[in-house]
Amino acid sequence: MKARRLRLPNDLGRQFAAWFSQHIQALLYSAGQMYRNPLGSLLTTAVIGISLALPAAFYVILVNSERVATGWSGTASITLFLKLDVPAAKAKDLAVSLRNRPQIAGVRYISPDEALAEFRRASGFGDAIEQLEENPLPGVLLVQPSSITAASSAEALLAELRALPEADTAQFDRQWVQRLVALLNILQRAVWILACLLALAVLLIIGNTIRLSIYNRRTEIEINMLFGATAAFIQRPFLYSGFMHGLMGALLAWMLVSAAVYLLQSPVAQLAELYASNFMLAGLDREEIFKLLCAGGLLGLSGSWLAVQRHMRGITPF
Amino acid sequence: MIHFADVHMRYSSGSEALKRVNLSIDKGAMAFVTGRSGAGKSTLLRLIALIERHTRGQIIVNGQNLERVTGRRIPLYRRNIGFTFQEHRLLYDRTVFDNVALPLVVAGHRYQEIRRRVHAALDKVGLLDKQKQLPIALSGGEQQRVGIARAVVHRPAVLLGDEPTGNLDPILSWDTMKLFEQFNQVGVTVLIASHDLDMIRRMKKPIITLREGRILTSGGGSDE
Repeated sequence: MKARRLRLPNDLGRQFAAWFSQHIQALLYSAGQMYRNPLGSLLTTAVIGISLALPAAFYVILVNSERVATGWSGTASITLFLKLDVPAAKAKDLAVSLRNRPQIAGVRYISPDEALAEFRRASGFGDAIEQLEENPLPGVLLVQPSSITAASSAEALLAELRALPEADTAQFDRQWVQRLVALLNILQRAVWILACLLALAVLLIIGNTIRLSIYNRRTEIEINMLFGATAAFIQRPFLYSGFMHGLMGALLAWMLVSAAVYLLQSPVAQLAELYASNFMLAGLDREEIFKLLCAGGLLGLSGSWLAVQRHMRGITPF
Repeated sequence: MIHFADVHMRYSSGSEALKRVNLSIDKGAMAFVTGRSGAGKSTLLRLIALIERHTRGQIIVNGQNLERVTGRRIPLYRRNIGFTFQEHRLLYDRTVFDNVALPLVVAGHRYQEIRRRVHAALDKVGLLDKQKQLPIALSGGEQQRVGIARAVVHRPAVLLGDEPTGNLDPILSWDTMKLFEQFNQVGVTVLIASHDLDMIRRMKKPIITLREGRILTSGGGSDE
């Protein structure tokens, strides 16, 4: 009775052990196949690595551009147009009082005369402007929010400035930042499209590698079938092989991207220094590396699965 | 053990390989199938191993109606059968040990069990000292014996040989036949296709003669 009760878990345990050892066998076996054919495996891995490195690199570029863009948009200055009847002295007083606010880093006053002089220089309508009897331009305060100011409080600051009695209107001088953000959105979508296309390429590459491998080991598959191997037993090494090629390709892609980031680090730092910024190029973080490896492994597995489904069906023993 | 009732086999090309074949081989018996090339000897064995499917009639092997052995049951069914070939069909990138171990690995046995049984099978065919060699380093007769060891290592109920002595000289052929007989004596049902009529007559076992897909005689021993 006791022995009977013990049998079930024992059997399950044994079945699990057999299943597990078959997986280990398949894994070791496909690793052995790759070891025996290093050139083919290396080429496949290299192609997959480059295919995965391209979207990963674009992603890195995108992430860094977004960091730059958000850095800039936070520091976008506010142009505060004063009412025409505000005298220069009052405007200067206002500039001083604004400069004392914590959320404002700096204020520059542009008097109507200065504005007109600049307009004359920049527009090329010098003669026409000479004809004007009085200066139509208002005084302007260029307000630079302090860099710690978040986007929402920058909005609040804008509203406050608009509410000033001397203010005609105020606006962020950030049209170009918005354009940059729109451009980055396009770029982001392009990276996604590229990633999808290259993922498809990885599927095809792995599928083709596995197809050749199935073709080369046809005799072995046939013998295995004749001696009672299940479909799962026969397919397993090919699936592992695809998975490992994908994973190694992803590892290679990671290495390529890291190398590229390393090579670009010092020129980027030099450029940043010219802009008085301590911006550093960011590589892939831990989570992104994990995602990249998962993507490589999954693509490898699905590519080999497709190839196995497609090409194993035709094989019968002899 | 093996029963054929009105078995027809027509290949998809349209050629009829077997016509109305009736035969019965008892459990533990040993029999030969003979006939000229193309008479249907190989087809008969291939039907038993489920490499091909018969198109009409009924085949019962080891109590199983082969029409009902489909899909996932096929691998399990085949684990009860050992098959040897004229051209050996060994895997030439693996050692003798690995070749013989294949049916056991496929069935998911533990390594200790595999080693014990492979050693026993190789010992039986006299090749235990060559287990670490690659098949290419072996002579034709030795390769054939590796094939036989692989066909019996998983202790199948039925052992099939498709011209197992086709490439061997008369003395080696005789030794090989005697080896099959030894496995038969321990209870394995053996069916061998061979066109070497002189030799199989000397074995004094039932002989099934096929001509153009039909059974001509189903006699025993050295008569005719």
